[in-house]
Amino acid sequence: MLDFLAKIFNKDSSSSSNVAKERLQLVLVHDRSSISPELLQVLKTELIEVITNYMEIEEESLEVNLDNKDEQVALVANIPVKKMKRMNKSLSGS
Amino acid sequence: MGEVIVVTSGKGGVGKTTTVANIGAGLAGLGHKVCLVDADIGLRNLDVVLGLENRIVYDITDVTAENCRLKQALIRDKRFNELLLLPAAQTKDKTAVSPEEMIKLCNELKEEFEFVIIDCPAGIELGFKNAVAGAESSIVLTTPEVSAVRDADRIIGLLEASEIFSPQLIINRLRPKMVRAGDMMGIEDIIDILAVDLLGVIPEDDQIVVTTNKGEPVVRDPRSMSGQAFRNTVKRLKGEEIPYMDLDESGFLTRLRKIFNRK
Ligand SMILES: Nc1ncnc2c1ncn2[C@@H]1O[C@H](COP(=O)(O)OP(=O)(O)OP(=O)(O)O)[C@@H](O)[C@H]1O
Ligand SMILES: [Mg+2]
Repeated sequence: MLDFLAKIFNKDSSSSSNVAKERLQLVLVHDRSSISPELLQVLKTELIEVITNYMEIEEESLEVNLDNKDEQVALVANIPVKKMKRMNKSLSGS
Repeated sequence: MGEVIVVTSGKGGVGKTTTVANIGAGLAGLGHKVCLVDADIGLRNLDVVLGLENRIVYDITDVTAENCRLKQALIRDKRFNELLLLPAAQTKDKTAVSPEEMIKLCNELKEEFEFVIIDCPAGIELGFKNAVAGAESSIVLTTPEVSAVRDADRIIGLLEASEIFSPQLIINRLRPKMVRAGDMMGIEDIIDILAVDLLGVIPEDDQIVVTTNKGEPVVRDPRSMSGQAFRNTVKRLKGEEIPYMDLDESGFLTRLRKIFNRK
């Protein structure tokens, strides 16, 4: 009976339409995560810019990739640090 | 100067040809000058859906190969003032036309017509590239199924890559009873996922099969639900704000309305 009511109000998360929507959302995360090499290069350059404000890094061996693992997509970056900068500015920024 | 609109979907068989025929007939019925281009070379269909199959002399490849003038290849639909069809070739393949030739063709057509609507073949290969080459806007079609929505998403990405932005979405073959029962994705679900503007919702309707059998677009059928849905879609395409109708005949609201209308 509750199941029936839930179906009427379309709140049943196990309804096949909800299953369809969830599966779609997941598969599209993967589909959409193919990032073009040019865009990845831009991302890298901007990352380097930001990070070098704080530390010295090995720019040549910097690796940035989108990683597809069954349930998630992650942006994985491997950034070898050569030296930390001395933080003169206070964290509050002003 | 007219507008060139490509109707595309990625997945096959979701209703592109049916939609091109009905939107074309709908616009022509409102007095607009319309040219429909069948870009599905090798699988000519738009001619039979419109009931014009017996009048074809030349086709699109005759125009691009300059075997005839553009005007000679256009077939006029006598039921309307200005609805013309440029048929696809049936015995050639997609390589018979190039994107550059399509651009030239579309530029010529939009000098003459207010609306140039292109029926795109399924898939993302050369046929798709040809069909979108000369278009400046697009209608993306999907059905409420996982595979069709996924392919629509891919197509939206490819359209953007071809610099055709903000596509308008038509959801075809919606079955309101199944949506209500939670067994089919609804309009909101699909919009939520694809994040594009909605242009129309066409219900699953036997009348589409019946009218297509006769080569008579359903948009001209005053009684059918899908005919009304296509008429609304055409008005929205023209920029009018038309509310979405209640497609669910057995739905609570419609039933209630029927009870009160019955005297
Ligand atoms: N709303 C609807 N209700 C019932 N039948 C429909 C509906 N829309 C389309 N159809 C039917 O679905 C079939 C496929 O439609 P259509 O040929 O328009 O699809 P298409 O996307 O052009 O296919 P293709 O990818 O092969 O070119 C046809 O038989 C058509 O009559
Ligand atoms: Mg077709």
